[in-house]
Amino acid sequence: MLLQAVASASAQVHPLSGTIAEWVWLLPVLPLIGFVSNGLLSLNSAHFGPADPGMADHHPHSPAAAEAAVVAHGEESGAPGDNHHAVKRHRWAGVTSIIGPGVVILAFGLAVAIWQAMVSANPEAPFIQRYFSWMPVGDLQIDAAIQLDQLSMVMVLVITGVGALIHIFSVGYMRDDPGYPRYFSYLNLFVFFMLVLVLGSNYPVLFVGWEGVGLCSYLLIGFWFSDKVNADAGKKAFIVNRIGDFGFMVAMFMLFANIGVLDFVGVNARALDLGVGSALVTTICLFMFLGCTGKSAQIPLYIWLPDAMAGPTPVSALIHAATMVTAGVYLIARSAALFSLSPVASLTVAVIGALTAIFAATIGLKQWDIKKVLAYSTISQLGYMFIGVGVGAYVSGMFHLVTHAFFKALLFLGSGSVIQAMHTAYHATHNTEDAQDMRNMGGLRRYLPVTFVLMWIATLAISGIPPLSGFFSKDEILGSVFARAHGSALASASWLGIPGGTLLYLIYGIGLAAALLTAVYMTRMMLYTFHGPTRTGTEEEKYLGEAPWVMTGPLVILGILTVAGGWLNLPKVVTDRVPLGPGELFGHFLDPVVGSATTRIVGGAAEVPAATEEALIGLAVLIAVTGIVFAVLRLKPANVPPRRDAIPETGFEGVVAHKYYVDEALERTVVEPTYVVSRSFLWRFIDNGLIDGLFVNGSAALARAFGWIGSRLQTGNTGIYAWSLVVGVLLLLGAFTLR
Amino acid sequence: MLAESLALTAALFIIGVIGVLVHRNAIIIFMCVELMLTAVNLTFVAFSRFYGTAGQVFVVFVMTVSAAEAAVGLAIIIAIFRHRQTINLQDINLLRG
Repeated sequence: MLLQAVASASAQVHPLSGTIAEWVWLLPVLPLIGFVSNGLLSLNSAHFGPADPGMADHHPHSPAAAEAAVVAHGEESGAPGDNHHAVKRHRWAGVTSIIGPGVVILAFGLAVAIWQAMVSANPEAPFIQRYFSWMPVGDLQIDAAIQLDQLSMVMVLVITGVGALIHIFSVGYMRDDPGYPRYFSYLNLFVFFMLVLVLGSNYPVLFVGWEGVGLCSYLLIGFWFSDKVNADAGKKAFIVNRIGDFGFMVAMFMLFANIGVLDFVGVNARALDLGVGSALVTTICLFMFLGCTGKSAQIPLYIWLPDAMAGPTPVSALIHAATMVTAGVYLIARSAALFSLSPVASLTVAVIGALTAIFAATIGLKQWDIKKVLAYSTISQLGYMFIGVGVGAYVSGMFHLVTHAFFKALLFLGSGSVIQAMHTAYHATHNTEDAQDMRNMGGLRRYLPVTFVLMWIATLAISGIPPLSGFFSKDEILGSVFARAHGSALASASWLGIPGGTLLYLIYGIGLAAALLTAVYMTRMMLYTFHGPTRTGTEEEKYLGEAPWVMTGPLVILGILTVAGGWLNLPKVVTDRVPLGPGELFGHFLDPVVGSATTRIVGGAAEVPAATEEALIGLAVLIAVTGIVFAVLRLKPANVPPRRDAIPETGFEGVVAHKYYVDEALERTVVEPTYVVSRSFLWRFIDNGLIDGLFVNGSAALARAFGWIGSRLQTGNTGIYAWSLVVGVLLLLGAFTLR
Repeated sequence: MLAESLALTAALFIIGVIGVLVHRNAIIIFMCVELMLTAVNLTFVAFSRFYGTAGQVFVVFVMTVSAAEAAVGLAIIIAIFRHRQTINLQDINLLRG
């Protein structure tokens, strides 16, 4: 009977087989093709950095570059790019402009087709395609396999959709960069690895994508590697992420050691063997979360993300806002079966998320670099996502991931549009001012009207103003935290001695405070960038202007998504009142993947009454409006001096402006001791002393000593040889006869 | 009968060994080596008397080899003498390490 049931279950055909979903392998292969072809193009007439004599770096500080700039001005209309660097269109820029975005657009089309098939089939079980056996080691069977379910589908749509828009934007933004094909090959490679990450059917394949996007992040942060600052930022991102990856790997090892499987289906099936709330499952989850803090820039490993802004702005939009940094959120949603077993680990995730959200938001208040504001905003919003997945509201966390991808990509691309306008102006007048510093901006609404309007929409969305997308997703997270403070599995657990319920109310309060700060710092950014008088300079103002359509087009589409994204998952309290169509679409869509885990965490928590829910929504909106109004009333863009006249902040403001001196503290406590230990102990003693001295040269000296002793025996005197021969024979004879 | 023969050959062999050890002249050492070979030959002959003729076959081999060795050895000694004007082995230590 049982055997029969098993046989019929395995023979059952998955509803997606035979549909376009069979072509899911093509999703990652398309960007891989783009990577290879763009990479080959970049090898032709490659730009090898400033040492290349044919390529004088357009660096305003160097005298050679000033000459080059004069020459370049004949044919160049302007130089986009975050900072001053070489301006020369690549020979194959035209071909790259078609291949680079083309493959991602094709992948998006395919993803939409697969999504359609999935919506009509509505499969309960994941659709798994095995291609080949990757690591058959004893009991460990790891296949190169793709798992297509609702969760990975959402990620694929975000990656290819937002990715395609950012690729198109990059065509305009990077057009005059000598490394244009190299840029697009890295970007395509990133999309490939990101798709591997979300489509892998087991942890090791996910880890390949995880490391691959880390590599692409490193390559793109240091894209303009001829400036040491950029190269250092890339290294920092890479090294900090290694710490997190260590945690992820330990989690994988522990999973294998304890339940013997690493594929998601198997882990979900056997997760209960680890024991509900056991120390083991908590340890596994915490190690996994360490990996997430690295990749998703949470306390304590967030430090690399602000530095990562050294890369081109579209890279910041794609990798460091919309997709890669959300991989940690995806990982926790993917491992919901594990995290829902451990209230302690889940609460840790939520606490770290809340602390990161408020901490990064305060730093964002005092930043002057427009991209740094957005970087801290991203860290803060990622904190929100972790609050969501931490309290078991996996749908809300993923929902905020999606809407955040829309509005943060819009904000970053908008800042890219601003920076390119500023850069064009400064390039035209040979000004060496910082094109990213908001103190040099101001009043840009007159020159960049499209960017201005769209960035305000995104700012209102991230602040949580209804009916924009950010309002719904953020509100859902805060609402879930509030709802779970009573009667859920989390509320009855205790975290470091604090009762879970109290902790959740605390997290809710921190979340509201962070929402207030978000509204303030985003409004501040908008005021200083677009309002008040222009501080760019009278000569420069003539050159300020809106970006070409290839850049504003993606902005407009992202703007529409930012406005409409909330429709994905309208809360019940809204759809009951206003006929906007079916509510909680996103929740129903994701239910087969995270539904059971959510139920386990929610436990006996009662539904929040509609009146309370309305009050909470009202409170959240009130706080967002307060933040914006406060910023508008308090901050006077007209009073801000340009950067060259700026006076440094003092007191607590100075501490915040210096990011709480975290980087400096780490420099003192981690980096410098590492250098000292490396230099004096590891290098001088271990490497030079032990390895070189004792082992390498020591063994040579030992051999020489033995050789010297042996050579003394060779006297060349036949008599001594004869004597020793006879003595030897006698000894042997004696030994044998007397034995 | 065998015991006496072996005693004789052992005495001859030891005389040869002592000769090799104490002399410095290459020719004399050479002759002592020949004496040792002869002692061994005698041993073979003595044993062949009691245990079959295989020993005598070896005697022929040893005599052949020692004749060849004598020719080569004397040639080397002559060459050394022409080169160094001495055949005193204590003065010939080119192979010292």
